[in-house]
Amino acid sequence: MNEYLVIMRLDLITKDVQPSPEQMEGYMKMYQDWVGGIAAQNKFVGGTGLATEGKVIKPNNVITDGPFAEVKESIAGFITIKAKDLEEAVNLAKTCPILYGEGNSVEVRQISGHHMDK
Amino acid sequence: MNQGELIPHLFRTEYRKIVAVLCNRFGFDGVETAEDIASETFLTASQTWGITGVPPNPIAWLYSVAKNKARNHLQRLNTFKAKVSPQIINDTTDSYETEIDLSPQNINDSQLQMMFTICNPAIPAEAQIGLSLRILCGFGIQEIADAFLSNKETINKRLFRAKEKLRELKVKIELPGPTAIDERLEPVLATIYLLFNEGYYSVSQNNTLRKELCLEAMRLCTMLVENAHTNKPPVNALLALMCFHASRFDARYSENGVQILYEEQDVNLWNADMISKGAYFLKAAATGNQLSKYHLEAGIAYWNTRKEDTKQKWEGILQFYNSLLQIEYSPVAALNRTYALAKVKGKAEAIVEAEKLELKDNHFYFALLGELYAGINNEMARQHLERALALAKTQNDKQAIKKRIDRLSA
Repeated sequence: MNEYLVIMRLDLITKDVQPSPEQMEGYMKMYQDWVGGIAAQNKFVGGTGLATEGKVIKPNNVITDGPFAEVKESIAGFITIKAKDLEEAVNLAKTCPILYGEGNSVEVRQISGHHMDK
Repeated sequence: MNQGELIPHLFRTEYRKIVAVLCNRFGFDGVETAEDIASETFLTASQTWGITGVPPNPIAWLYSVAKNKARNHLQRLNTFKAKVSPQIINDTTDSYETEIDLSPQNINDSQLQMMFTICNPAIPAEAQIGLSLRILCGFGIQEIADAFLSNKETINKRLFRAKEKLRELKVKIELPGPTAIDERLEPVLATIYLLFNEGYYSVSQNNTLRKELCLEAMRLCTMLVENAHTNKPPVNALLALMCFHASRFDARYSENGVQILYEEQDVNLWNADMISKGAYFLKAAATGNQLSKYHLEAGIAYWNTRKEDTKQKWEGILQFYNSLLQIEYSPVAALNRTYALAKVKGKAEAIVEAEKLELKDNHFYFALLGELYAGINNEMARQHLERALALAKTQNDKQAIKKRIDRLSA
């Protein structure tokens, strides 16, 4: 079994696409059902959602409130999962409910044992 | 209560107190001496009371005999230290104070400290439960052997090795400080919960013994709730969880000891008092920002005390299982989550999820698939139930599965 990082990206910046609290509750249930399904297969390792606030640090001690990347989509959360290969990891990740949203994305990356491993 | 019943009764309630106090006084090295003195105290009681009759205050009598025996032991030890051992080893430690404090406060403190001493992950879980039953609950070796479906010799060996290990580790008998308490509570709660489950799901046919194990687990947990230092949210959550489960105790077995499934239980036999106690402790658990697995399991157990099938109930249960599985995977939780999923989203979707679980040596897995396929594809349902039947181990499980196979063809 290998471990994979599943990074969920969505637009946290554009004001009028942000969900209402009721919508958010529905989304969270869908999200929990998805993660619960992975955990029920004993393939969930860890991970969580992220707060929308944070700081970005750049060279020369430049600290800003974001945006966190040069694109509209910010990292909204991440989980680590177990899978025998990338294909299985992608299969687990592709039912992530954030993919119902236009412009959102999920990235799957294998976790390598060491910092500099290729 | 006549004398024949009184001594076993007092043994159950007082033996553990005397052992805890004496052991606290002697240090864990002296645990066997503490047990011996407590046992001898009861032996003296049964010999003396048989001749002179039961004294007016039997508990005070027992304590005073235990104190005398402990004092004699400590004096012998002092003499040995003062006169004999200096010539052998260079022992300059102070002489022991020989008075033993058997006040309610010290009894309570000693028992709590003993809980933290015994529930030590350095010894196997089975041994922790065994030692807890012996030292914290005053169970006889035979009773422990019955609970584990084992024999006295095996249990004696197991307890002996566990005590030796704790001595080797030089485990101190003390309550952990405020910074370590959360971490140290974890193995204590784990052992209490195992003890409860040992009773609740035991394969032993002895219903009285099973119930006693559950009640002992609840008693130990109550002691933790009653102490300000250990009264933490997960402790309350665990107690709530046990109250909710225990509420069904009288409904779970028929008079001749056959297990009655949840769906078929007489709700009138559920203990409403226990359920409201559970609700009280669950509320007490909902402080702070700690969400332990006991909180989640208590949440599930709460919904199981309400028999009506509502959307809210099953959505609640599904979300608790989703979170529980992220904290700690177990096949049982994975199967129960899938059952809740079927209740919320329908059998078709749940079948897809169930088939991903691949728990192919688990009869509950095939029983679940049988349940999900029933009404959708009865032939598939039958095949799964037949596989479940082939894998099931206990008579109760086999009977329950056979019943469902019969129902399919009805």
